[in-house]
Amino acid sequence: MGGTAAKGAAVSVRDAILADIRGALGPRHDAEARDTVAARLKAHKRNVIPARSAVDHAHRTQMFIEQITATHTTVTTVVDGAAVPAAVAAFLKQHNLPAAAVLAPDIADLGWESHPLLQTRTGVPLESDQVSVTGAFAAIAETGTLMLTSGAGSPITLNLLPDNHVVVLRRSQITGTLEDAWDALRAAQKPAASAMPRTAMFVSGPSSTADIELTMYLGAHGPRRLHIVLVED
Amino acid sequence: MQPTSFLFRENVSKALLDTDLQTALYRVDKNFTSRRTAAVTALPEFDALRDDAVRIKDHTLAHLDLYLEKFEEKVVANGGHVHWAATPDDAKRIILDLCQSAGARTVTKGKSMIAEEIALNPYLEAHGITPVETDLGEYIIQLADEPPSHIIGPAIHKTKEQVSDLFVEHHRQYGKTQRLTEGVDLVAEAREILRPRYLAADVGITGANFLIAETGTSVIVTNEGNGDLTQQLPRTHIVIASLEKIVPTLEDASTLLRVLARSATGQQMSVYTTFSTGPRRADDPDGPHNYHVVLLDNGRSKLLGTEFQDILRCIRCGACFNHCPVYGSIGGHAYGWVYSGPMGAVLTPTMIGIDEAHHLPSATPFCGRCEAVCPMRIPLPKMMRHWREQAFDKKLGGSRHRLTLRTWAWLAQRPALYQRLSRIAVRYLAWRGRPLGRMHDLPFAQGWTAARDLPAPQGRTFSEQWAARQRRARP
Ligand code: SF4
Repeated sequence: MGGTAAKGAAVSVRDAILADIRGALGPRHDAEARDTVAARLKAHKRNVIPARSAVDHAHRTQMFIEQITATHTTVTTVVDGAAVPAAVAAFLKQHNLPAAAVLAPDIADLGWESHPLLQTRTGVPLESDQVSVTGAFAAIAETGTLMLTSGAGSPITLNLLPDNHVVVLRRSQITGTLEDAWDALRAAQKPAASAMPRTAMFVSGPSSTADIELTMYLGAHGPRRLHIVLVED
Repeated sequence: MQPTSFLFRENVSKALLDTDLQTALYRVDKNFTSRRTAAVTALPEFDALRDDAVRIKDHTLAHLDLYLEKFEEKVVANGGHVHWAATPDDAKRIILDLCQSAGARTVTKGKSMIAEEIALNPYLEAHGITPVETDLGEYIIQLADEPPSHIIGPAIHKTKEQVSDLFVEHHRQYGKTQRLTEGVDLVAEAREILRPRYLAADVGITGANFLIAETGTSVIVTNEGNGDLTQQLPRTHIVIASLEKIVPTLEDASTLLRVLARSATGQQMSVYTTFSTGPRRADDPDGPHNYHVVLLDNGRSKLLGTEFQDILRCIRCGACFNHCPVYGSIGGHAYGWVYSGPMGAVLTPTMIGIDEAHHLPSATPFCGRCEAVCPMRIPLPKMMRHWREQAFDKKLGGSRHRLTLRTWAWLAQRPALYQRLSRIAVRYLAWRGRPLGRMHDLPFAQGWTAARDLPAPQGRTFSEQWAARQRRARP
């Protein structure tokens, strides 16, 4: 196209491409094709699902922990939400980190005030923040993966900027597969018109790279450490 | 980039003598293939998933126009914008416009093969905008001013020492004067240098592994998290994707993800798989304010309905590269363009023309490993044969090469003569190879014997042995 695409030609480039595609696909029954597409988009039909995720909830939790700890992630289990601040404080101490963290609004009500030695702030991270604590939308046992979604209570950059990311996960949030997580997401979003949050991140471990001689190094751009506090509920 | 595919032979000679490259290629073979095998063996449903993956893509391609329309509708409903580009020039102009209207001085970029395909960086630079690659591999080759040599490991051809040299040269401006020798320090320094660039960028550009029609979503897969920082921190997120990246639903994307990471790096899932839909919502405290998707055709729609349609199923996993004996001997740069390996040997001629690229589909022993490991079951060898036929019909390749092929074809159509001649040839060669059973040199075969001995045939021709065996088998 180059110089030939005149101003306002955006629409015609679009139509030309679509016409090219239709031409190449050859003749078809258009109404039927549209029905097929509409039906498929509505059905949310699952394809082959690996059998290993079809286990009861206790085994699912175990599978999740086994899988995600295999990718350089640490997990501690606590009995209830009130025990989370102490678990976070212990994690910071273990790694010689300053006793300060920036919290996602979603998990800001776990009684952090009761730990006066732990300095907390709620909101988006600053460059200087070393530790973030967030919730999760779900977790996937099949692959050992956290599902983190953006929203008013869960700033997405908390998952990315600080060097250390602590995720508070409730046991009941662990699902079997990606498909289970999608169903949960569809059910949770109120206006069905926009089923998706701006961002849904699936995280399976801390940031890593193998771009130098195929050797793996942690902490390429995102968090160097990923820690999960698993809450029994 | 300016293609050098036409100089394939020269490129190959250079590659074979490059000892650093040969070490790197050995590493690719050793790491990627065994990791893939382990991951695939650990999942009993892998082949069934491949079948589903093929079905998903075939169905989507058969309704490509309709799914693209749905995708556009959903992107717009979520507050984003879709721009259609027929050619690389269209795409570059659209992206430049978007950058300029965002007042951008620097843009950060996640790894995108489409950005390489349209040669986006030099274009932005020529218009006063600084693109900063953030994937460590892409960053390294940007410093080196080289094209990627592998679709998932753009800098796998670089040694640690070469990376050290590049960092010393380019990081001096940031006050880094010490030469680093440990990989972990190199990664840390790149992180330190790139962090402020993310924060300063006005626009972040990423590619897309998938586009989802159901929700108007783009998906990227990384291990570093660079693509995430690239899209979440600047005010504007631009996605550049070719139009065959589309799949119908979230379920379909999930199936493809199950085969993608396993085929690529042997992971079950990459570290970050990120689904992005529109700009930040009204009550979101962070994320980009603007979301644009640039859909590139660049000849892909013309492949529909042809013998090359199946290449549009490709999910760019790199498995065919890692298992290819040709790629494993010469690396990516010898192919002379953005895409290399078996996938590049099929795709490159569609983009730069068979006249320029006819050497690529010829450089194959037809061992079939690429097709055997391809998660999308793309018949790469068959498509290379189609290109070879076209090249022959267009009289490409040397006249001697063509004469040999023509002579062979003439003989092959006369079995009696063919068998008689091969019987004579086998006996002559066996006699010539005595007493060692091999030959140091042979007329017409110096290409072989200059570097190694040619084994002499043992026994009779295949047809003779076959006939004898049939006689013996009969009672
Ligand atoms: S052709 Fe197949 S194996 Fe090669 S990159 Fe594409 S999907 Fe992967």
